[in-house]
Amino acid sequence: MKVLVAVKQVAILGDEVEFTEDDRDVDPDYLDYALNEWDSYATEEALRLVEAAGSGEVVVISVGDEDAEDSMRRCLAMGADRGIRVESVRTLDPIQVARALAEVVRSESPDLVFAGVQSSDSVQAATGGALAGLLDMPLVAVVTKIELGDGKATVNRELEGGLVDVVEVDTPAVITIQTGINEPRYATLRAIKQAEDKEIDVRQPGDLGPQAQRVRRMFVPPKGEGAEMLDGGAAEVAQRIKELVEEKMA
Amino acid sequence: MSVLIVAEHRRGKVRPITLEMVSAAKELGDETAVAVIAKDPAAIADQVDVEGVNEILYVKVDAEGFENDVYREALEQVISDRSPHVVLVGFSIDSMGFAPALAAKLGLGFASDVFALRRDGDDLVAERSFYGSKVNAELDFPNTERVLLMIRPTAWPPAEGDGAAVSAEVDVTISASRARHVDFQEVAASEDVDITGADFLLSVGRGVGEKENVGQFEELADKMGATLSVSRPLVDQGWMPSSRQVGQSGKTVKPKVYLALGISGAVQHLAGMKTSGTIIAINTDPEAAIFNVAHYGAVADLFEVAEELEKLY
Repeated sequence: MKVLVAVKQVAILGDEVEFTEDDRDVDPDYLDYALNEWDSYATEEALRLVEAAGSGEVVVISVGDEDAEDSMRRCLAMGADRGIRVESVRTLDPIQVARALAEVVRSESPDLVFAGVQSSDSVQAATGGALAGLLDMPLVAVVTKIELGDGKATVNRELEGGLVDVVEVDTPAVITIQTGINEPRYATLRAIKQAEDKEIDVRQPGDLGPQAQRVRRMFVPPKGEGAEMLDGGAAEVAQRIKELVEEKMA
Repeated sequence: MSVLIVAEHRRGKVRPITLEMVSAAKELGDETAVAVIAKDPAAIADQVDVEGVNEILYVKVDAEGFENDVYREALEQVISDRSPHVVLVGFSIDSMGFAPALAAKLGLGFASDVFALRRDGDDLVAERSFYGSKVNAELDFPNTERVLLMIRPTAWPPAEGDGAAVSAEVDVTISASRARHVDFQEVAASEDVDITGADFLLSVGRGVGEKENVGQFEELADKMGATLSVSRPLVDQGWMPSSRQVGQSGKTVKPKVYLALGISGAVQHLAGMKTSGTIIAINTDPEAAIFNVAHYGAVADLFEVAEELEKLY
């Protein structure tokens, strides 16, 4: 049982923002980084399946620069066995990321490939799907439950408005994992230390194909009408809320 | 630019995003076709014959409901048959199952969660957010001749008015579906409250921090005469049942007053509440996306405000 988990180190923008000189991206000085929330659920799900199978491995794969290994190490500390990072120093669109990952998947012949439904920074919800398209693998997107069978799996696909679509999918397959599917484990200090010694194989990307999208310009969205901001301390804010509620509910 | 819209439908009904995409296409189109991929396209076609649609394509398939492989294969053949400049699909759970795969396979230009579109000469310009909705970007697609865009629900109003579309059949061949629909299950039946019927929702998000803190907001909601609702993270953590969840995967609500405490305003949450009568948002982050849809806002600590509210009720 071998499960590949595609993970992303996401960028977090704080209260302040400046753009690069060409206005096509945020100045990296204003960004912090973390493991994408969806990917910790995907990693946990992979660990549980391999543990239930009794043998196998969980391999974390990612596209990014050396700093992205911080997030991969988080997954290794949770229990993943090893990592493969495809070197990339520039921002890629999700389809280019999928092209870089597809080569890794081909070389590993996994039973399942997991990816988070989406990344918290870009929210394209596309990398896992694009990967399945490139590899011509079966795909189920936005999954909240997985039961493995023989050469297939029965999964719950979470639809809008609280409806679930139960799907039977042939394996090997690509599955994109939704938050809430499990409770990701915390890594112990010992595990974090041990993860430092786990292998992360670094590979160079092949042909990533044409850019699927190009940023012309990035900007802070105009506030528009926006919210009327209530000033003052908590007591004054609470008083205004009470007045507003009375007025609007009348 | 010729536009091909993929109709989204479930259990015989066209979903609202389909008609919203017809409105979106008006920003670009000279010619707009809607592809209805279904076992019985005729049963769906009437629902998409609105003003702005020139042609409805009947794409007959065997599958009863939506299946990834069926849509991907059918659409690949429709695109090859019709050669549209732009393909529009919803930024929805169904589309996530086939649209990125198709874009990657065919080498299409691609962007998702698009909420604005325009033409700039011969170029198509699409707008979407990055970095947790804190910045927007204009995208173009200079390296591909055809573009597939996933359109944000509720970004455009649904198209209305009687249409006069002509119809045409497109024959497609579908190989075996590798991810097959088995059953629909309704989750979160009404064992709890129905938040969609409430006039006043007090809604809490990740800002509550810990499970132990949820109770005090339940009490506050009671005191204020509000119903407590939550954003997704609280359901994911198992702190509240999914029947209380507002957002794309939860409930869509439209109360008179929506008081959001400690909710940053992920796109999926906003989709479920942004048409509320009056939205009041409290968040410690002045750049939180919730303030873009709120009518009133305050940059404040939700616990301090909650404490003061308790004194007033």
